[in-house]
Amino acid sequence: MSMSTERAAAPEAGGQRAPEARATGRWGSVLLQLLRTPRVVFGLAVIAVMTVMAWVGPMISPWEFGERDYANFLQPPSPEHWWGTDNTGRDVFVATMVGLQKSIIIGLLVAVLSTFVAAIVGAFAGYFLGVTDRVLMWITDLMLVLPSFLILAILYPILRNQGWMVFVGLLAAFLWMVTAKMVRGMTISLKEREYVLAARFMGVPAWKIIFRHIIPNMSSLLIVDATINVSSAIIVETSLSYFGFGVQPPDVSLGSLISVGARQAVTHPWTFLFCTGLLVLLVLAVNLIGDGLRDALDPQSKRRS
Amino acid sequence: MNYLVLVVVATTCAYLLAASALSPRVNYENQSPRPTEAAVDARLDELNLNDKTPLAERWMVWAGDVVTGDFGKTVTGSSVNDQIEVRILVSLRLIVAGVVIGATLGVAVGAYAAVKQYGWFDQASTAAAFLVLAVPAVVIAISLQVVAIWLNGLMSEAFGIPQFFVFNGERTPGLETGFLGTVWDRFKHMVLPTIALALGQFAAFSRYQRNMMLDVLGSDFVRTARAKGLTRRSALLKHALRTALIPTVTYFTFTFGVMMAGTTFTEKIYNWKGMGSWLIDSIATQDVHAVAAVSCFMAVCVMAAAFLSDILYAWLDPRVRVS
Repeated sequence: MSMSTERAAAPEAGGQRAPEARATGRWGSVLLQLLRTPRVVFGLAVIAVMTVMAWVGPMISPWEFGERDYANFLQPPSPEHWWGTDNTGRDVFVATMVGLQKSIIIGLLVAVLSTFVAAIVGAFAGYFLGVTDRVLMWITDLMLVLPSFLILAILYPILRNQGWMVFVGLLAAFLWMVTAKMVRGMTISLKEREYVLAARFMGVPAWKIIFRHIIPNMSSLLIVDATINVSSAIIVETSLSYFGFGVQPPDVSLGSLISVGARQAVTHPWTFLFCTGLLVLLVLAVNLIGDGLRDALDPQSKRRS
Repeated sequence: MNYLVLVVVATTCAYLLAASALSPRVNYENQSPRPTEAAVDARLDELNLNDKTPLAERWMVWAGDVVTGDFGKTVTGSSVNDQIEVRILVSLRLIVAGVVIGATLGVAVGAYAAVKQYGWFDQASTAAAFLVLAVPAVVIAISLQVVAIWLNGLMSEAFGIPQFFVFNGERTPGLETGFLGTVWDRFKHMVLPTIALALGQFAAFSRYQRNMMLDVLGSDFVRTARAKGLTRRSALLKHALRTALIPTVTYFTFTFGVMMAGTTFTEKIYNWKGMGSWLIDSIATQDVHAVAAVSCFMAVCVMAAAFLSDILYAWLDPRVRVS
């Protein structure tokens, strides 16, 4: 019962389809518009290159991630060590690629998790209103007021032995609130639409209406927000890792590499510059895609871009 | 009322979490020579930090004191209230400078970029804002330090100027150079952290103001003002910008409040003894009462910011009335 389905135009004489019929519905036109936007193409290209680099880089490098070159501590970039070595003799290129892998995974997982939570909390609050809404929105407000850094910093040392996936869960727990409020607002208006009312009169259970009709019709908002949450997650992870509350050794992320490299940034800049440069590029690319998506999916923002 | 309840619950949650997860006892057990367990217990009882006392009981004592305005004692035995008084002023000095400079520049650049939409200035300012927004606050602060060290070396070699950019604390301890010397010293210490804060604010405000201005520029009242014979400059400044500033002022109010709660990274990296760095230090020293006090302060800041921005919006925009 999606509202975005369009009837294909009848083929013209000679069997030629009308040009507008070639677009495959709303998402097809959105995709076309995105691919015509230079900043989105740039963002997608950067992310594609970085993703390939992150996973292929360690394979083509002569050094393993855990390997140490004890003859070369803090050596500048050279044919032997493409991006130099750190203070433990580890190859900076390989470490940065592995860190990039972790940052990409953390960003994506946190974004998906937090957007999922936001969609459910916001949709249930907006659909049921009353006590459900009051309770859920009160919890949302409380989460907004609680200093997230404080809770992450206190809880993570206790849970750090359970691996970085726990860190992903903790990060996601503090990135859903603003989106949930937006979803709630949209749900309140969507629940009065004809197709939702029809489903209700047909006796479809509330949870089915929420998952089948309301959340899918907010997909544009959720996609944009998930994209923005990717960069938010990466930035928060970097900040926490800098103070030792993030990804823990032997795992590395761009944040934890920046934390180590920052102490030697003046004397041995390669330990800081490469991981920082990649982090900024990654976040910038994600933000550009998010901005392009917002323009493509939100008619209001088009004239502002 | 709802705001007050949220602050109380948030502070209580922070206290309970800190009291159950942190261990102030460690500070005493790591001393050399190591004090006896009885001595440690006595000291912790005195500070209401003894983990052998039931959590509910400790909370009752602490909450009772907080109601009278006393946030208790730190792990070292000093008053939390005294620390708050000093540290709020430190944070405030940094935030006022950073947010005001960043927001003012951001608003000016954003408004001008909107007027010159798609021009080179718009493209350049948008690119700059996007770039800054992609850099974490931690990285901005560290990068500025690296640049400052390089510039200090350059200025020292070229002009014989001693270290101009200073990035350790908010003043040089034990410096006695009279009033002007003290002001100059504080200014030198303020430059880098202020730039670090202002950059982020500039990026956010320029994007926000540009969007607000573009919304207004297409409005009927701006066209009407021009049709009535107002110059373009007058129509833009007196009508468009004034209207576009309404949401920006409320955004500024909210940002200012949130910043009071959140300059943690900048303060810590530049070693400013403000509220933000206190949060990190108090977690490191397992200081339950300090953590709870900072949490309460942060919650109050966020709630006050939300409340004030709502009121301000209703006051500035005649179309809105907050019920």
